[in-house]
Amino acid sequence: MIYYIGAFGLVFIGLYIILTKRNLIKVIIGLNILDTGVNLFLISVGYVREGTAPIFSRGSGQVLMVDPVPQALVLTSIVIGVAVLALALSLAIMLHKHYGTLNLQKVKEQKW
Amino acid sequence: MRRIIAIVLLTIVVLGIALSLTEVPFGTPKTHVGDYYVKEGVKETGAVNIVTSVVLNYRGFDTLGEVTVLFIATIGLGALLTTHKERKKKRDVMPASLILSTGCRFLFPLLLIFGIYIIIHGHLSPGGGFQGGAIIASAFLLTYLGCQGVRISERRSKLTESLGGLVFVIVGVLGLIFGGYFLLNFLPKGTPFSLLSAGIIPIIYVAIGFKVGSELVSVIDNLMEGST
Repeated sequence: MIYYIGAFGLVFIGLYIILTKRNLIKVIIGLNILDTGVNLFLISVGYVREGTAPIFSRGSGQVLMVDPVPQALVLTSIVIGVAVLALALSLAIMLHKHYGTLNLQKVKEQKW
Repeated sequence: MRRIIAIVLLTIVVLGIALSLTEVPFGTPKTHVGDYYVKEGVKETGAVNIVTSVVLNYRGFDTLGEVTVLFIATIGLGALLTTHKERKKKRDVMPASLILSTGCRFLFPLLLIFGIYIIIHGHLSPGGGFQGGAIIASAFLLTYLGCQGVRISERRSKLTESLGGLVFVIVGVLGLIFGGYFLLNFLPKGTPFSLLSAGIIPIIYVAIGFKVGSELVSVIDNLMEGST
């Protein structure tokens, strides 16, 4: 249960940063926190009480294991998150080269 | 004002999701497919790491798409940052101290070996191509930060990346030829817990490791060059 609360706390913080901050770098950081929250939520949905990681080890018969499907999906999600982060940072670099500022309010005021 | 509106809006959204989640119990098995993978996964794929067998065997096509997304993001980043690369004059940087440069030269091969270990044991222990590729990229990041002036060859990293992707697709097409569907595990499964087991899974994971490693290295290269 605490994992759900933590995950939604992270989602809340991330969305709040995205909605209120004006600095593009901070918005990207908020996006990443949101991403982490969603990943934590997916993992905690797949948790089985007293389950171990879904990897068999030598000599340990049938044991209770957590659901492997959300873990595989989160592996995908983390990689996509890295790709999105890298692309967003490169866009921020280009924006700074073009406008000379990272403040979204100021960017909106300048017409070019 | 803006903050208050944001907080009110977010509270409504998060409370709504949380209320619908009270129906979902915490800590109980929920999907039948997960149970099936845990029970039959080792028998069907030969990999003792069930997450790996889900990623590369049951949902291998999905992973191909994921690798493609990473590839496209790398290409987009390169295209954005190299459009006006007005050959920077060499910045005057203070040469790194002896301890720093020796230390990173000492750590670089160790990090590479650790990354390769993580990649080739992806079907036996936690880890795999993505994680090992990230570790290899961190080794290159260390040399970028520690030993100034070292640059990787862009052509070689592109070649490694393309080879990795090509091996993935070729192994998939071989499955199509031998057994009738894409990414079929056509090699013998071997005995579980041994390094040479699980058929095509280690081959694909090594290919993914090379691909992800070189992609992340080129991302690092572009960002370090483009941001100066």
